[in-house]
Amino acid sequence: MNVDGITTGVVLDHIQAGKSMEIYNYLHLDELDCCVAIIKNVKSTKLGRKDIIKIDAEMDLDLEVLGYLDPNITVNLVKDGKLIEKKHLKLPREVKNVIKCKNPRCVTTVEREVDHIFRLTSEEKGIYRCIYCESEAK
Amino acid sequence: MRHLIDIKDLSVEEIKGLIDTANDIIENRAAYSEVCKGKKLATLFFEPSTRTRLSFEAAMWELGGSVLGFSSADASSTSKGESVTDTVRTVGCYADIIAMRHPKEGAPLLASLSSTVPIINAGDGGHSHPTQTLTDLLTIMREKGRLDNMTVALCGDLKFGRTVHSLISAMSFYDNVKFILISPEELKVPNYIRQDVLEKKNLEWYETDNMENALGEADVLYMTRVQRERFFNEADYLRLKDSFILDTEKMKYAKPDTTILHPLPRVNEISVKVDEDPRACYFKQVENGKFIRMALIMMLLGVTK
Ligand SMILES: [Zn+2]
Repeated sequence: MNVDGITTGVVLDHIQAGKSMEIYNYLHLDELDCCVAIIKNVKSTKLGRKDIIKIDAEMDLDLEVLGYLDPNITVNLVKDGKLIEKKHLKLPREVKNVIKCKNPRCVTTVEREVDHIFRLTSEEKGIYRCIYCESEAK
Repeated sequence: MRHLIDIKDLSVEEIKGLIDTANDIIENRAAYSEVCKGKKLATLFFEPSTRTRLSFEAAMWELGGSVLGFSSADASSTSKGESVTDTVRTVGCYADIIAMRHPKEGAPLLASLSSTVPIINAGDGGHSHPTQTLTDLLTIMREKGRLDNMTVALCGDLKFGRTVHSLISAMSFYDNVKFILISPEELKVPNYIRQDVLEKKNLEWYETDNMENALGEADVLYMTRVQRERFFNEADYLRLKDSFILDTEKMKYAKPDTTILHPLPRVNEISVKVDEDPRACYFKQVENGKFIRMALIMMLLGVTK
């Protein structure tokens, strides 16, 4: 694990190649003042190719959102140049206000201030469905 | 507090309990005429559906309760922009139970999250209509004396027909039920029914576009409408629609005791002449709808005979 350049912060490793920008956006990393590095298409023995994101500051990451986006990501917490914790993600049972229901007939399109909630309905296929209309998250 | 939002909310035992209560109501109607005395049902119909609304209202009257409500979005506060959540919280101050019909999918579930009284989904767009499924199950039980060990043929629009999807899911819980799916290529059952129910549960089933062949095998034939708007062009619709019309000629292929069902309203998919056939049970089905709704209202209000 190469954590060069980071003394204290977070390294998101084993991101599916090409998905790093999506994760950058969902986690609102553009709003951070610290140094953020996106490394794309790194050779990986496990995945062939992978992306890595390095964040040069301690921060609370929403692991539920991250698990939803890509459950294979490894979250490495680095402090004083040492790896202090390695977290493996899994698909969250439910995600709230992470994605919006795209079904035009869904009640979420008309009700004000309604939470968009998706629930994991198939673990093996990773399928999430809107709790209201049961449409599959795309 | 219990609600009925989707047929999946009920266990096999609970469905049996509702069927037993409905059967008892049919046998002993007088015994139930005051069980809901002093209770009020609100029918909140954000889109009109006269049949379903009347069935709920008749059910509540027959239990000795009373009924209030509205029957189209124009007549209600939604035309003033009130949310579903606010509407049910308001109505919950007046009524003991709510039957809600709404054009948007998931509206009854959303309502149930903040309601102070039980919500019954009386149809939410093309999504779910659990009291129709209960009606179908009660009718099959009454006509056949069982819900297992039978062949159920479903005919017509199997792609968009929500009653078809719920009935397949509900019947899949009983042993040795075989399905025959009769439809044009364009209106076959969607993938999620195929994968999540038929294949996942390893059920016996096949698809065909030939109604005559299937009829001879079916213990129950569930007819649905083939709607013109489901087709891209008029020519396809005209070519196909007659193949899925049940008339006295096709009835000759059916078994002597095949039960013919239809969620109604029909257009022309069952010839009026078939109505005289004792195997035609769709008007009994309508009446059963009232009895199963009576049983359901009692269950959700927690009242007994
Ligand atoms: Zn939805």
